[in-house]
Amino acid sequence: MSPNGATPLALRAVKDAAIWGAVALGLFVPLIALQAVQDIRGELRLETRWPLLVVLVALVVAGSLLNSLVITPWQERRARAAPRPDGSAGRFAAGLGRWFPPFAIGFVTVFPFLALWLVGFQGGLKWIDNFGIQILIYVMLGFGLNIVVGLAGLLDLGYVAFYAVGAYSYALLAKEFGLSFFTLLPLAGILAAFWGILLGFPVLRLRGDYLAIVTLAFGEIIRLVLINWVPVTNGYAGISGIPRPTFFGIPFNASDSGFAAVFGLEFSPIYRSVFLYYIILALALVTAFVTVRLRRLPIGRAWEALREDEIACRSLGIDTTTTKLTAFAIGAMFGGFAGSFFAARQGFISPESFTFMESATILAIVVLGGMGSQIGVAIAAVAMIGGTELLRELDALKAVFGREFDPTQYRMLLFGFAMVLIMIWKPRGLIATRDPSVFLKERKAVSGSLVKEGHG
Amino acid sequence: MEVFVQQLINGITLGSIYGLIAIGYTMVFGIIGMVNFAHGDVFMVSAFVALIAFLVLTTWLGIASVTLALFIVLIVAMVLTGVLNWAIERLAYRPLRGSFRLAPLISAIGMSIFLMNFVQVAQGPRNKSIPPLLSGEFVLMGGSGYQVTLSYKQIMVWVVTAVLLAAFWWLVSRTALGRAQRACEQDQKMASLLGVDVDRTVSITFVMGAALAAVAGTMYLMYYGVISFADGFTPGVKAFTAAVLGGIGSLPGAVIGGLLIGLVETLWSAYFSIDYKDVAAFSILAVVLIFLPQGLLGRPEVEKV
Amino acid sequence: MRASPAPALLEVEHLTMRFGGLVAINDLCFTARRGEITALIGPNGAGKTTVFNCITGFYKPTEGRIAVAHGDARLWSELDALTLCGDRKLTRPDGALFLLERMPDHLVTRQAKVARTFQNIRLFSGMTVLENLLVAQHAPLMVASGFTLLGVLGFPSYARAERAAVDKARHWLALTGLIERADEPAGALPYGAQRRLEIARAMCTDPVLLCLDEPAAGLNPRESAALNDLILTIRDAHNTSVLLIEHDMSVVMEISDHVVVLDYGVKIADGSPAAVRNDQKVIAAYLGVADDEVEAAEAEVGL
Repeated sequence: MSPNGATPLALRAVKDAAIWGAVALGLFVPLIALQAVQDIRGELRLETRWPLLVVLVALVVAGSLLNSLVITPWQERRARAAPRPDGSAGRFAAGLGRWFPPFAIGFVTVFPFLALWLVGFQGGLKWIDNFGIQILIYVMLGFGLNIVVGLAGLLDLGYVAFYAVGAYSYALLAKEFGLSFFTLLPLAGILAAFWGILLGFPVLRLRGDYLAIVTLAFGEIIRLVLINWVPVTNGYAGISGIPRPTFFGIPFNASDSGFAAVFGLEFSPIYRSVFLYYIILALALVTAFVTVRLRRLPIGRAWEALREDEIACRSLGIDTTTTKLTAFAIGAMFGGFAGSFFAARQGFISPESFTFMESATILAIVVLGGMGSQIGVAIAAVAMIGGTELLRELDALKAVFGREFDPTQYRMLLFGFAMVLIMIWKPRGLIATRDPSVFLKERKAVSGSLVKEGHG
Repeated sequence: MEVFVQQLINGITLGSIYGLIAIGYTMVFGIIGMVNFAHGDVFMVSAFVALIAFLVLTTWLGIASVTLALFIVLIVAMVLTGVLNWAIERLAYRPLRGSFRLAPLISAIGMSIFLMNFVQVAQGPRNKSIPPLLSGEFVLMGGSGYQVTLSYKQIMVWVVTAVLLAAFWWLVSRTALGRAQRACEQDQKMASLLGVDVDRTVSITFVMGAALAAVAGTMYLMYYGVISFADGFTPGVKAFTAAVLGGIGSLPGAVIGGLLIGLVETLWSAYFSIDYKDVAAFSILAVVLIFLPQGLLGRPEVEKV
Repeated sequence: MRASPAPALLEVEHLTMRFGGLVAINDLCFTARRGEITALIGPNGAGKTTVFNCITGFYKPTEGRIAVAHGDARLWSELDALTLCGDRKLTRPDGALFLLERMPDHLVTRQAKVARTFQNIRLFSGMTVLENLLVAQHAPLMVASGFTLLGVLGFPSYARAERAAVDKARHWLALTGLIERADEPAGALPYGAQRRLEIARAMCTDPVLLCLDEPAAGLNPRESAALNDLILTIRDAHNTSVLLIEHDMSVVMEISDHVVVLDYGVKIADGSPAAVRNDQKVIAAYLGVADDEVEAAEAEVGL
């Protein structure tokens, strides 16, 4: 770059940094430098943290300089260098679709044993339970919501309602009637699907953001009913002592008829976790398999067509009402399955687990994954849920920031920040290309820029 | 009757706060077609800014006049919240403008989570309560043991809301800025061809929405006397509900929707069950939208075949 | 010209459509006959697309009756009885009668077999060309997949039905010259190909009446000539009648058997292309002059 060109760039960078520094100063003085603290008498007084303010403002200035001097020029260079030919999407994505699923399925199948082998029984429990099971629950929820949002293009902000219906159905029916997990699992799914249709019916005429707010409202209504209908749901206190799944009738406990005793093993909670891991893995795989099948059936193509152009769908004899309802119902059903598994795994549920945050997280997984792409959803779930779980592990940072530093506090802060950054980095999600459901000669991935996102 | 009048007074007060927040939603939606999910949390941050400004004024500077303190707090909260929303728009939404519709929504949800946790980390997770201010009240109706009162605080909320709404109304309907906003609403590309600085107009819209949310935040803090980091979500969702109910994109609709939601909530609490007040508000929304899909004052969407 | 007129396929009677105070169509009556290409022409804003939207169920007409008969032409005698009894269709082994103004849009296509294209092309742009044609065969494939249930379980009946559907799609791709591009996204096709694909997609619903809304708009002369051939093939080889809105007079005059002219929502002429071409009112409507100045205007344009 010529010296003439360099000066304005540097000058602009300094100017931007000064602006952002001033903005940060203005906002951080009241929010960070001053802290409202309640004293012993319950009165508020102010405490100051001026050094922290200086550090944070300096960070903002440095970040702004970095952005305008390094990141932006780099992006501009890259945008100039490689104009991607439109229409035919990258070969990489098509290749990913072929080799990734078998590899991933193989990995998740051996994962519990890998974890036990690498870190032993003590450490393995955490990896299987906090990471494996937790991530797979969200993978499954992501697959379910993907049908509604990614395929049918209907924006649903209240998906957690169906998760809650599944969880409470299992918890209540199992405690009342003593039915087993595997009997109630399909029942919970059907109940959730039923609620999906019930809630879907009135909102079918709504489009776009109206649909979004009404689904959000329904999600909140269900949560509020769970909180307030104390005789049935026990309100905020939740339901505890939910029966856990058994291994063909053999419970996972320390008793003589327990799993460990029957198989002549030393008792350990790890067996139950491994068992639960394989249940949710099977559920997630079934969901994925069914979704792949559905996409190749007329109903799946009708969902995608609905996302692309609803009026054209109607002109081709497609009943958009039933098509939308089936998307709602099938998405809800998978949510219900995940919910009943969640209740069975936790043994305790309360309305706290079914807040809007959950819906937002699941939606973020779907959008981040790339709408409609199952591989994308799986990768996004690993990144988002695994990432936030990893943040629990940042105890090492205590050495840097002192003993009072609690890394878990920053977990959701970083989670939110990451959501923003990832969207700016990849607005169409990690896998933006669409895999056609049928082909005549050659399967060519469709570029994301042609795929529509739906209006509903 | 007395109970009804009292609840009407309470409902209008609450509804004014919702209405002020709802305008921010509706303006942003009108101009760039996105649901600014972080707006509820911007409201919450503004209440914190107001709290801290209030503490600085009363404990450090020793200002005794409550009216003067409130006035300064209001100005400080409006300015700083405006700056905050300006920064949010620049960082989290502008890079996504014109891209995929859901990307800004997810970005906004991320921003909402960020703001909530930022305040939790920076100011601590506990509720902050201020000593009661302006505690006087008028007795409007006596009789039969139940007194209908109108407190000074409620009058303050009404007056401040009315004055600011009037100023705001003048700004968007009578000035060149308002004209630029309406032009961007109709067609951004055409507006920019005709010399409207679209980026600047959008920025100003965010600043205006935030300033009104800051008014709501200050009023909320003074009226209820308590704020916590989690207090952005529920009023935010209610205000969004109000904006949609009134017809998203319509400014008078947002105010009317806010008042309606406020009234439904307080009346429902008084006559039926306080536990289900939010259920009532959301159910009204669902019912209205099912029969009137574009909201009360929204333009009906004509389906072009 | 045929000796005796073919039986009617579509009967539009006293069709009126008002939007608030605006009368878009006023008391329109016309007939489209089996095996014929009927053209609906008129200046911009004459209400042609509104007529299409009424026929295909997207708009509910304010007044009037729109009927389609399949099979035996003697069914037409039942029309008034059907109208009075309040039903929307009458099916008999030898045919069926439908009252389109009473049917929701998707049933107009699925049951009454009236398909359409759009003035502003409406393809599923993120789906491939082949997928577009399979979506059009939704209803029969849905049955073959056991309303999804058998399909999910992997029953072979669905695989067979899908192969048949792909074969039908291939037939139309060959006719429209799109076979080489079958696996490309519809949104990436050039304009003329998108127009042809939309026609192929509509034909995959097996219509008895195909409504084309300005199919030649934006085409170059060569593409326009190919389109003429395609429309004639549809009429002659596929037992489908055509209702056509078109501005391109070379298309209208060359291929249509019957022309209906609209102006300001009112029918001003109805007859063979030759008769309509020489109709004073039509010329006036197109050239925008008062009736008595028509001759001067005609001389000017060399008619």
